[in-house]
Amino acid sequence: MTIKGLSKTFENGKVTALDSVSFQVSPGEIFGLVGPDGAGKTTLFRMLTTLLLPDSGSATIDGYDMVRDYKEIRKNVGYMPGRFSLYQDLTVEENLNFFATLFGTTFSENYHLIRDIYIQIEPFKNRRAGQLSGGMKQKLALSCALIHKPRVLFLDEPTTGVDAVSRKEFWDLLKRLKEQGISIVVSTPYMDEATLCDRIALIQIGKILAVDTPSSIIMRYPEPLYEVRSGQIPRLLMDLRNYRNTLSCFTFGEYLHLSFKEHHPNALAEMKGYAKGKGHQDIEARSVLPTIEDCFMRLLKQN
Amino acid sequence: MEVVIQTDRLTKRFGDFTAVDEISFDVRRGEIFGFLGANGAGKTTAMRMLIGLSKPSSGKAAIAGFDVYRETEKIKKNIGYMSQKFSLYEDLTVMENIRFFGGIYGLSGKFLRDKSESLVEKLGLQSERKKLVRSIPLGWKQKLSFSVAVLHNPKIVFLDEPTGGVDPVTRRQFWDLIYAETLRGMTVFVTTHYMDEAEYCNRLSIMVDGKIKALGSPPHLRKEFAAASMNEVFFKLARDAERGGGLKP
Repeated sequence: MTIKGLSKTFENGKVTALDSVSFQVSPGEIFGLVGPDGAGKTTLFRMLTTLLLPDSGSATIDGYDMVRDYKEIRKNVGYMPGRFSLYQDLTVEENLNFFATLFGTTFSENYHLIRDIYIQIEPFKNRRAGQLSGGMKQKLALSCALIHKPRVLFLDEPTTGVDAVSRKEFWDLLKRLKEQGISIVVSTPYMDEATLCDRIALIQIGKILAVDTPSSIIMRYPEPLYEVRSGQIPRLLMDLRNYRNTLSCFTFGEYLHLSFKEHHPNALAEMKGYAKGKGHQDIEARSVLPTIEDCFMRLLKQN
Repeated sequence: MEVVIQTDRLTKRFGDFTAVDEISFDVRRGEIFGFLGANGAGKTTAMRMLIGLSKPSSGKAAIAGFDVYRETEKIKKNIGYMSQKFSLYEDLTVMENIRFFGGIYGLSGKFLRDKSESLVEKLGLQSERKKLVRSIPLGWKQKLSFSVAVLHNPKIVFLDEPTGGVDPVTRRQFWDLIYAETLRGMTVFVTTHYMDEAEYCNRLSIMVDGKIKALGSPPHLRKEFAAASMNEVFFKLARDAERGGGLKP
């Protein structure tokens, strides 16, 4: 998949949804679009699945042009939108048969592709889709998106609102699909999921901030980063934000992540002295590797 | 310390399905209490009982001193609630939403006008005040929605996944708002799927299959479950869940 300069505005040009977006996805890759709500992820998905025309720019999937060859593309991609969009009044089995028929195939022909997922919802195959729990709806939607054996699978925020354990299980499923040679483009607002992708694009307000492997993005973080804590995190956060040598300071779970404007060998000791002066005790501080979330926030600042 | 939420073997059954199974816990005034659990564990059902929207099958609970069976109207006056699905009217402007919700909670006249003005200023929404809520970014909506939920200065505010999908910077600003309210004595009851946010709570509970399986401060729970992070604690507990949104019905 090659995407070149895709742009899209809404409301007569007043709202920019996508601003000259370009990247490539290789065969068999899990490519992550990582960014918060409103970043433009869904608009991009709708274009790549030929449901929305761009204002400018182009994209090809397997050599087919997104605009000219939309019929070919539709045969070769699977799309799981963020909002549940199967037929609520049809049963699990009926939905699957319906989508298979639409694509001129049968449920049994590509059963091997969805087997791992389908066996989990099979006990409820006669239940109407509208009566399923959130997790089961998700499994059914994924099965329906796979039933015609697509070459590329588009998943729009499949894990939003899903708990940490179920999210991990879902990513294990994606890995198995990748092993069967399906390319996957998946969007997520959860920064921690970025590391499960082969490559990612960090996206915010229609603009790509970075495209690379998660580890390269992390390596490019420009400053040394420290994790710091004391007995009183909220107060320490306020004090460190007011510290003269603080470049950035954010909460990260039980720690604060801190970077300095000037990182000389004494910077850490000087910071500790300052914090002690502010009445903090038991100050812990050590160097830490940035996470994708650190990188995202750093790139936001830069842009 | 004053106890503002107290439950004793609180239970909700739907037919022969026990959604919430004898949960007992206390929340003290000014605490940030995290209410965690896998999808389908029973969090929303439990929360609906606590805010007076759903009648328990058995057990006891008092919210701000009011009984969840008999005094639901009094409970509603003393709490704020930010729901996961619906929080603001998309077709009203920022200002109209603030005044509408203020009005619902009995604020009016100059007091409401002044309160609305100071809120818009505090959130930095001055230039957005006349914009429809549908046109402002999710992060701002969530901050506005929280502020609207605490406009009438309730004793307790209930937040159901307030930061889902919000960008990392705004997510932290949202927690700054939470901290500011607790410093003024408000109690915060919050659900989240972000495990870093679990660390920001004073105490938290983790629900599995309708039961509370862990209860305590983050350092206490990390120690109890010999885990390096709350994420690990959560995995240890939730991976054995019988029901849930993941792979099971």
